[in-house]
Amino acid sequence: MRIELTVNGEPKEAEVWEGESLLFALREHMGLPGSKNACEQGECGSCSILLDGSLVCACLVLAAQADGHEVVTVEGLGSGGALHPVQEAFAATGAVQCGFCTPGLIVATVDLLQRSPDPSEDEIREALSGNLCRCTGYAKIFDAVRMAAAGS
Amino acid sequence: MSTPARKLELGRVGESVRRVDAVPKVTGEFAYSSDLFAAGMLFGHTVRSPHAAAKVKGIDISEARGMPGVHAVLTHRDVPGEKRYGLEFADQPVLAMKEVRYFGEPVALVAAEHPEQARRAAAAVRVDYVPQTPLADAENAPEAVREITIRHGDPDASGEITVSGVYELGIQDQAFLGPESGLAVPDGKGGIDIYVATQWLHVDRDQVAPCLNLRPEEVRIHLAGVGGAFGGREDLSMQIHGAMLALKTNRPVKMVYNREESFAGHVHRHPAKIWAEHRANRDGKLVNVRMRIVLDGGAYASSSTAVCSNAASFACGPYAVPNALIESRVAFTNNPPCGAMRGFGAVQTCFAAEAQMDKLAAALELDPIELRLRNALAPGDSLPTGQRIEGSLPVAEVIRRCAALLEPEAEELPRDPIRLPGGAGNTTRGDGIRRGVGFALGFKNICYSEGFDDYCAARVRLFADAGGELVAEVHSAAAEVGQGVVNIIGQVARTELPEIADVVIAPHTTAGVGSAGSSSASRQTWMTAGAVRAACLAVRDELESRGGTLPPGEEIDIERVYRHRQTSPLDPETGQITSGPAHVAFACAAMKVVVEVDVELGLTRVVWIGTAQDVGKAMNPQAVAGQIEGGTAQGLGLALMEEIQTKDGLITNASFTDYLIPTTLDMPPVVSDLVEEPEPDAPYGAKGVGEAPTVVSTAAIVSALRDATGRELNRVPVRPDEIVGL
Repeated sequence: MRIELTVNGEPKEAEVWEGESLLFALREHMGLPGSKNACEQGECGSCSILLDGSLVCACLVLAAQADGHEVVTVEGLGSGGALHPVQEAFAATGAVQCGFCTPGLIVATVDLLQRSPDPSEDEIREALSGNLCRCTGYAKIFDAVRMAAAGS
Repeated sequence: MSTPARKLELGRVGESVRRVDAVPKVTGEFAYSSDLFAAGMLFGHTVRSPHAAAKVKGIDISEARGMPGVHAVLTHRDVPGEKRYGLEFADQPVLAMKEVRYFGEPVALVAAEHPEQARRAAAAVRVDYVPQTPLADAENAPEAVREITIRHGDPDASGEITVSGVYELGIQDQAFLGPESGLAVPDGKGGIDIYVATQWLHVDRDQVAPCLNLRPEEVRIHLAGVGGAFGGREDLSMQIHGAMLALKTNRPVKMVYNREESFAGHVHRHPAKIWAEHRANRDGKLVNVRMRIVLDGGAYASSSTAVCSNAASFACGPYAVPNALIESRVAFTNNPPCGAMRGFGAVQTCFAAEAQMDKLAAALELDPIELRLRNALAPGDSLPTGQRIEGSLPVAEVIRRCAALLEPEAEELPRDPIRLPGGAGNTTRGDGIRRGVGFALGFKNICYSEGFDDYCAARVRLFADAGGELVAEVHSAAAEVGQGVVNIIGQVARTELPEIADVVIAPHTTAGVGSAGSSSASRQTWMTAGAVRAACLAVRDELESRGGTLPPGEEIDIERVYRHRQTSPLDPETGQITSGPAHVAFACAAMKVVVEVDVELGLTRVVWIGTAQDVGKAMNPQAVAGQIEGGTAQGLGLALMEEIQTKDGLITNASFTDYLIPTTLDMPPVVSDLVEEPEPDAPYGAKGVGEAPTVVSTAAIVSALRDATGRELNRVPVRPDEIVGL
């Protein structure tokens, strides 16, 4: 079936099979592999995106369900070649090692800071508890969130 | 498909340098092995055994072959060359032949236009299995991958005090987030390019080429973005399979495992059972350590022989032990195959040895830290293998520095539930909380051991760019798996070529530079720094001999190979060193942990971790701290939650729903104190830093749980029902 949606501010169309997830469609049909495929069962948060402004796991949304909706992925966060402040903070604090969790964590952090511009330590931990990272032990990710919050 | 060369920001050895790949990783542009695309590519899928042990009577691919979109269905009959491969022994079939020996063993391959078509065709491959009773009990398994006994001094020597215990560790999974994946592209001349996430490009090539019946130069392995490794990418996954499908169809083939498949798609940390007896005198000095270690290697050898030796070599911990009897055995079973995982044998014995040290301290009524100081190994002392410690090993210093880190005061109650054991799931006001403080010490080897010819190549090409500025292009096959070796490469080049305006790092590939060896064994920083430094120095000399400048069009191109000092195998009868040291160097770490246990609910909260680690020289302090924090998290996982569950050899929790890894709510703050005592033989004095925190943290966390509960807690992961009902 054919779907039409807005991705990172641009209209997109794709021919998808009914069983495909939005994650698969973004990665394999729309040339946007930034959202990651670590578990594809909604446990790791690596595919976190904003769907009509809400934080969701793209692996748990059918591509067909996104028809007519608005999607923002990690590729759509920066503007005019500049990094989004959250992206800049992740790069500066050492929050990135292998980086596979990074796009999902960045999108989740953007979502957190939109809701709560100056989050407490506990709030940060709770907000990001759906995003697994296997490399960093999270300490530098917390540094990144605090840095981004201080700058915003 | 090649990654563009990357330009390095300013930064020299010893400085905290921003990752070279940070920007593409935060924007989503970084191409991981599962992100790759080639025009006309097909999707591959693997048919895997649902049995842990079965005879294979036949494989019928006729239905699968005729299904929509299917371009190839392959079995062992289609393997062009050698039918088996392996890291140490070629014992693992590319595709099962007459039998399957573990759950998830690859049996057949499918390539189709859409992954769903490939999955459906794979389900239509009919395999005629005759299930056998799986051998699932490592303790009573008849066949061993390797057995080693270390006899040191008088193995029967007795002391005034004896403590003993039996310890067990479950199977831990590397659980890297980036699934096994890659893209195989036929070159049209019979050869193949494989873009894959791996830890050692050249050893992949040397296993892949014979199975494809190709010459090594016809197989080019290129490093795609690696989504974590931790030992789990030392063995091959899709490399041969993808290449077979691509060569058969003459189309690029991409393979991406899903998470369930990934649990069967790589080797795990060896589960272990360890019987330990420590004998000491009343002055607190160890007299004799006796340990029997049984590791479950699963169905194929992988790197089990080296894990066996490591478990034995580090069984006593970093303590001076005059007498010892250490027996280590890795058994073949029909359980999931085990091999390399961060800590590599030392994790298992550290858990047992440190529990024993705490037990001994209690029996002697000595402070556990004081007991460790009294026995701390120092340069000049010998290991139970007879190897004298040379170079740097500041055991007493890391103990003192860690002990000096001040743990926080207990938090008051009531508090936000998120700060209670179990977090928001805790329905109490914290009435059942008990606090405990634990301490542990761990060590392990740096670099490959026991006579392995461990070397590393690097190549530097110096040329003038269009503006006449000199550019150094560094070629290395070192696998960047997240640890940051790309930065090490650049930092070394900048340090050794201070006058060169631009340092760029070429893509990592087997084409164009020699082997870097594996990103494992805490060796890659040491080895790559040595090779890049040697190549840079040679280029600098050559430039000087040409008067310090290069005219446009001219270039200097030099490759150099670095080797660490030679090692020798342990004697198979006595476990003693033979013609030289068995290990190159060592690193140690001490860790103090505060936990809170809710003994009514069986819930745990690790409150705080302080650690002092022997790092030699911190090449990039921010990255070192990141390795310590991340390595600690993996040890926390093994202590509290991570275990692959099996039933008669079948994995029953192959998902992140059922196999739990630490989240933001599980990890406490980690305070790291870096002990910098340069290793004399190592480039810049640097030791690998990735493994020591994983070795020590499981032991340290369980030590704290014992302090909180008074229970023995001899098995990890510690389960809730072991800490309730006090």
